[in-house]
Amino acid sequence: MSHTLLSGNEAAARGAWEAGTAVGTGYPGTPSTQALEVFARMEDVYAEWCPNEKVALEVAAGASMGGARSFVTMKHVGVNVASDPLMTLAYTGVGAGLVLWVADDPGMHSSQNEQDSRNWGPFARVPVLEPSDSAEALTFVRDAFEMSERFDTPVIVRVTTRIAHSKGAVEIGERVQLEESRGYEKDLGKWVMMPAMARARRTLVDERIERLASFAEKTGLNRVEMRDTALGVVTSGVCYHHVREAVPDASVFKLGLVFPVPGEALREFARAVDRVVVVEEADPYLYSRLRIEGVEIEPIPLPQAGELTPGLIGRALGSEQPDVREEVDVPPRPPLMCPGCPHRGAYYALKKVKAIVTGDIGCYTLGALPPLAMMDSCVCMGASVGMAHGMTLAGHGAGRPVVGVVGDSTFAHSGITGLSDTVYNGGCATVCILDNRITAMTGHQPNPVSGKTLQGADAVEMDLEALTRALGVTRVRTVDPHDLEASVEAVREEVAADEVSVIIFRAPCALLIKEREQPYAVDDEACTACGACIRLGCPAISTVEGRKASIDITLCVGCGDCVQVCRFSAIELTGPACDIGGV
Amino acid sequence: MGTTTTTVVLAGVGGQGTILAADVLAKTAMAAGLDVKLSEVHGMAQRGGAVDTVVRFGEHVASPLTDPGHADHLVAFELIEAARMLGVLKAGGRLVVNSRVIDPLPVLIGKAEVPDGLEARLAEEGATFLDAEALACEAGSPKSANVVLLGAVSTGLAFPVDLWRTVIAERVPPATVDVNLLAFELGRRACGEGGECLL
Repeated sequence: MSHTLLSGNEAAARGAWEAGTAVGTGYPGTPSTQALEVFARMEDVYAEWCPNEKVALEVAAGASMGGARSFVTMKHVGVNVASDPLMTLAYTGVGAGLVLWVADDPGMHSSQNEQDSRNWGPFARVPVLEPSDSAEALTFVRDAFEMSERFDTPVIVRVTTRIAHSKGAVEIGERVQLEESRGYEKDLGKWVMMPAMARARRTLVDERIERLASFAEKTGLNRVEMRDTALGVVTSGVCYHHVREAVPDASVFKLGLVFPVPGEALREFARAVDRVVVVEEADPYLYSRLRIEGVEIEPIPLPQAGELTPGLIGRALGSEQPDVREEVDVPPRPPLMCPGCPHRGAYYALKKVKAIVTGDIGCYTLGALPPLAMMDSCVCMGASVGMAHGMTLAGHGAGRPVVGVVGDSTFAHSGITGLSDTVYNGGCATVCILDNRITAMTGHQPNPVSGKTLQGADAVEMDLEALTRALGVTRVRTVDPHDLEASVEAVREEVAADEVSVIIFRAPCALLIKEREQPYAVDDEACTACGACIRLGCPAISTVEGRKASIDITLCVGCGDCVQVCRFSAIELTGPACDIGGV
Repeated sequence: MGTTTTTVVLAGVGGQGTILAADVLAKTAMAAGLDVKLSEVHGMAQRGGAVDTVVRFGEHVASPLTDPGHADHLVAFELIEAARMLGVLKAGGRLVVNSRVIDPLPVLIGKAEVPDGLEARLAEEGATFLDAEALACEAGSPKSANVVLLGAVSTGLAFPVDLWRTVIAERVPPATVDVNLLAFELGRRACGEGGECLL
């Protein structure tokens, strides 16, 4: 045994490994991504990135059915995608242990919505564990595999950003040695969910929940800490630690198993304290479960949106908070596309035709922000494609062209079916696939177009041109987004066509290019302060005195996009004689 | 609980190495036998956006987060971020500021301006300013600016210098150990190693 500083994601990977898990699957999504990345680097495991979370859960379910302990990782919105197999896997149960690591993002640090994945517990009728820190992330994942097999059910381990991305001391252990493979026995009643079999399993699911509810009353996953009985707090996850900081004298019922909850133990706790309050982020989930269990709860004024902190909880429970300084008014600092980002050229071209752009999820979502401001919607993975078709049905497309913009990984995740729909139903939208060869926003995970697997093996690269043609698109063309003239020409021609078309903007993510090109500089004499280069939104280019442009050579990677938009030849390669720019 | 916990907030811009610096601080505290929690946010925020990391250590640390007016130390890797995060610092807390300015996009494209008087406002709060990039270049690489800032903050923390040095040597890429140890040293000197800056 030894202690080490691990994030919740790292600890979960370690827990899965210690549990003897053989197979790991997932789709990258902040804040869940590192769990599978770390797992993939461990000894004697197989791990893969899948095109989406549904496939990831199905692969893991197959491995579980075949007798291998399997670990699946995803962010909260990924469970929506994986919910189809999840809802029925609750009926089939598992072969070997099957555990989902699901990371929610209260406060939406890196997400399009807030969802509370604890709700999948009662919805899918699967147990949900909620660790409160890295140490528990490890032990709960390990315990989840035991529970999965003991109760014959998939188990969700739900965390939030502050568990997944926070680090704390963790006691690590050894990997258990499981039997080679538990084999597979044909069992139609368990694995083939036709109505007759499913009806029988439905009864078993309810019996399982009853057994889990009894287990919940006794398990060490839940913990009652009796202190002053004037106040009793029921809480889970990171909120437990906030509560300990905010009201250290309060009695606390810390739930580690949040579905099903231990009704009897909670009622006993409520009887032992004067007031019962619930502290939780996202949804009033525990509040609802406790009310169902007949526990009277005193409402406290905590926000549902966003994250909680010890201070917010303390204030809601009446403790004094220190005075806070007046805020200093400073300009916002939004995230931005990197210097040399290939997405910039695609948006430049779309701007030239004043396109209405249905957008998607990835780095390119940043194209919605000024100065490019070239995105009109962002909803969920793959939505750009179907929404572009839908916009044309509403009569758009004649005046301003409608274009869907989707990244390579997002297209493979959920865009292919949308494009199939557009072709099948005779739609006329243009779909731009911004193919930068990688899943960039989550930290450069390989995907089906990348030619590499998660564990570094060579892989077949998805042929986007052949794929889209096979779907029935006849107008498919590929263009280098750093060639602005060709990009504009491609967009002009394809949006003018009276049928569905696909433009593949292909150039690697700027961060994948290790060797920088020679940086550029602005010739101050030639610059007319027209602002054309500034409107590209490159972090290396700024306005200086007289609104002229300047290039920071420490940031410039020499992509040359700005050279192409400068009509006055004022941007040139840096050389000994040049002003090196910078501000 | 909580009262014996020290809270350090590291504020900067995505790509400045705040996370590595926070990691070194956390591991140093852990090596000193303390309980530690570190909380960071990455993902979309990292693409040149504002990033802040919280490191808390003590006998027993409860929450990984902090609230306005609670941090004992604020280490700002950039001037605007120092001003943005100032509210997190408790009254009398220690403020170490890299005086470099990185213009956010609204400023780059001429839609906003960096307000005047930020340094003066921070100086009112007792800020110690240093030019971390210049010291990092002196150490041998501008990339070691984050370790310069660690050196600066270290003078206000009670960990032995050797412990810091050991953790830095373990945590940074092997080829950069000497540069980073020198960067740490220059950061300490800039922030009054030997006494005047020590809390």
